[in-house]
Amino acid sequence: MDEIELKRIVWRSRRGLLELDLQLERFVAEALPQLSEADLLLYRELLQLPDNDLLDYLNGRSECPNVRLAPMIARIRDAQR
Amino acid sequence: MAVPVRKFDAVIVGAGGAGLRAALQLSEAGLKTAVLSKVFPTRSHTVAAQGGVSASLGNSEPDHWHWHMYDTVKGSDWLGDQDAIEFMCREAPNVVVELEHFGMPFDRNADGTIYQRPFGGHMSNFGEKPVRRACAAADRTGHAMLHALYQRNVRANTQFFVEWMALDLVRDEQGNVQGVVAMEMETSEVYVFQAKATLFATGGAGRIFASSTNAFINTGDGLGMAARAGIPLEDMEFWQFHPTGVAGAGVLITEGVRGEGGILRNSAGERFMERYAPNAKDLASRDVVSRAMVTEINEGRGCGPNKDHVLLDITHLDPEVIKSKLPGIREISIKFAGVDPIKAPIPVVPTCHYQMGGIPTNYRGEVVVHDQVVSGFYAAGEVACASVHGANRLGTNSLLDLLVFGKSSGNSMIEFIKAAPKDLPPLATADVDRSLARVARLDGQQNGTPVETARAAMQRTMQNHCGVFRFKDMLKEGVEKILEVESMVKTIEIADKSKTFNTARLEALELENLIEVAKATMISAEARTESRGAHVRDDAADTPEHPNGRDDQNWLKHTLWFRDANRLEYKPVNLKPLTVETIALKTRSY
Repeated sequence: MDEIELKRIVWRSRRGLLELDLQLERFVAEALPQLSEADLLLYRELLQLPDNDLLDYLNGRSECPNVRLAPMIARIRDAQR
Repeated sequence: MAVPVRKFDAVIVGAGGAGLRAALQLSEAGLKTAVLSKVFPTRSHTVAAQGGVSASLGNSEPDHWHWHMYDTVKGSDWLGDQDAIEFMCREAPNVVVELEHFGMPFDRNADGTIYQRPFGGHMSNFGEKPVRRACAAADRTGHAMLHALYQRNVRANTQFFVEWMALDLVRDEQGNVQGVVAMEMETSEVYVFQAKATLFATGGAGRIFASSTNAFINTGDGLGMAARAGIPLEDMEFWQFHPTGVAGAGVLITEGVRGEGGILRNSAGERFMERYAPNAKDLASRDVVSRAMVTEINEGRGCGPNKDHVLLDITHLDPEVIKSKLPGIREISIKFAGVDPIKAPIPVVPTCHYQMGGIPTNYRGEVVVHDQVVSGFYAAGEVACASVHGANRLGTNSLLDLLVFGKSSGNSMIEFIKAAPKDLPPLATADVDRSLARVARLDGQQNGTPVETARAAMQRTMQNHCGVFRFKDMLKEGVEKILEVESMVKTIEIADKSKTFNTARLEALELENLIEVAKATMISAEARTESRGAHVRDDAADTPEHPNGRDDQNWLKHTLWFRDANRLEYKPVNLKPLTVETIALKTRSY
């Protein structure tokens, strides 16, 4: 993934909800540099989710219907401990 | 320097509820409308609004816009302008039904009408008893509103410029507004968006405080731009706070935790609420709890290395009760405080939530300075001060504000654009040059202050000196300190000077907006020597002559802060509604 796309992903981790900002900020700082190309594409796809849905998945209030995204959701959750 | 110019009938900065509602009005009238947004529209901070939107539809029981108006005036502690409040409350049923027709999935009654629920401060018959007035779409009202309005705008051919940041307002020599200077984030290229009419709908600036529920994007960009362009900011001393946010994060801990038996403790482990409210203790009202917390911190009994928070203790509760009744709170505490509340208390601090002040407008969304409309300039939503919220906002009136004043400013802009000459006037370049110089200063700065350092200093100063409960001496010192922070901001430096999606540059530009809001807030708060609504001071106490510390004789007026020399002016509150009798001054008690 080129640098422009990577930086776009960092900016798009800014959301409308504070709880997402805090969790994604931490994930971007700690985990993003280690992500594989395939994982980066998954994370980019995850950022397309509506804020409220994404927050529900990250808080474990509901399951993401797109099962491909489940490992990425788990990684972001892990980054919060 | 030559800057590319893009031309429109209307340019709107901000794509939250107010910006989208205004854009829809303009685009559906066939006008060429550009909307600039830092983030994708449906990720605007409006998405965080859960509570609902109020309208006296009377679907469950009798209600009337006049009763809604009374509640709003009372909520505002009589600082709201009664013409704007009447306008908003009368329009409420129309804009809510309109939104329903746009496809908003409101909760419904069995008969198909919009379901309405009770909400704090909503009363029937002029404060007599609670009434069901709040309309919601589950707990996602703001989210659903953004989606409905965005889809409708796409259909109406509104042109969206997503991931663009507006930098400065452009005014000609007479002060007429000609548009904005804006930066495309992907390239850091600067353009002018010239238009016949310009609307700011950029939201609030809660990020001036160390503890805020606001998303990171809420940096008061419209307020900073307006202040730099010589427009005053109105009533900036009034901010709504919630007593218990997680210290250092801002995520709210519901007041239900204290209802379940949660106890607030200071650094000595003392249950300090016993001293402030011997009967209600930790279940005392919001303002009493906030005031006690801040007093403990201010008197050196705060917790943590910086003694800047208190503790909310539920370790004495049965772990099973915590797991079953407060699962969300346990999750929040573990995630954002790094503390399992079953084992250790949660660090909490009063947390900023909503900005009542803003760019002075009338109920038509026109920006007004010294009784004169600023030609071509409009503001709506949290960035604007119409003023319907006065010294404190009634719950669910924020989403209503977006709809009513988004629409009314859109209509005012249509009128103005249709009466304007067909061709845009020559572009005045002085403001454009000033904006470019600001960006160039940032790129050329050496041996300056890191952005994070200056931002942290600002947030700490605002939190400690101008928070939910204010002390005369702390405010005085706060004014000096915030001016010192301002001089730091003047030399902020970024290490990364790259052009593509440079988050560091964007955050620096945002800080230059935040500092204007911080100064306006501190200076306006220091000067207002009464307590009113959300502005509460230790030296303006509750006395028989001044119930709740409110001093109508001297302070029933709006503050106007001008950036130039930090000058303050005042203007009278409009106590005269459009068609009904004045809602007479009364002590505000619930």
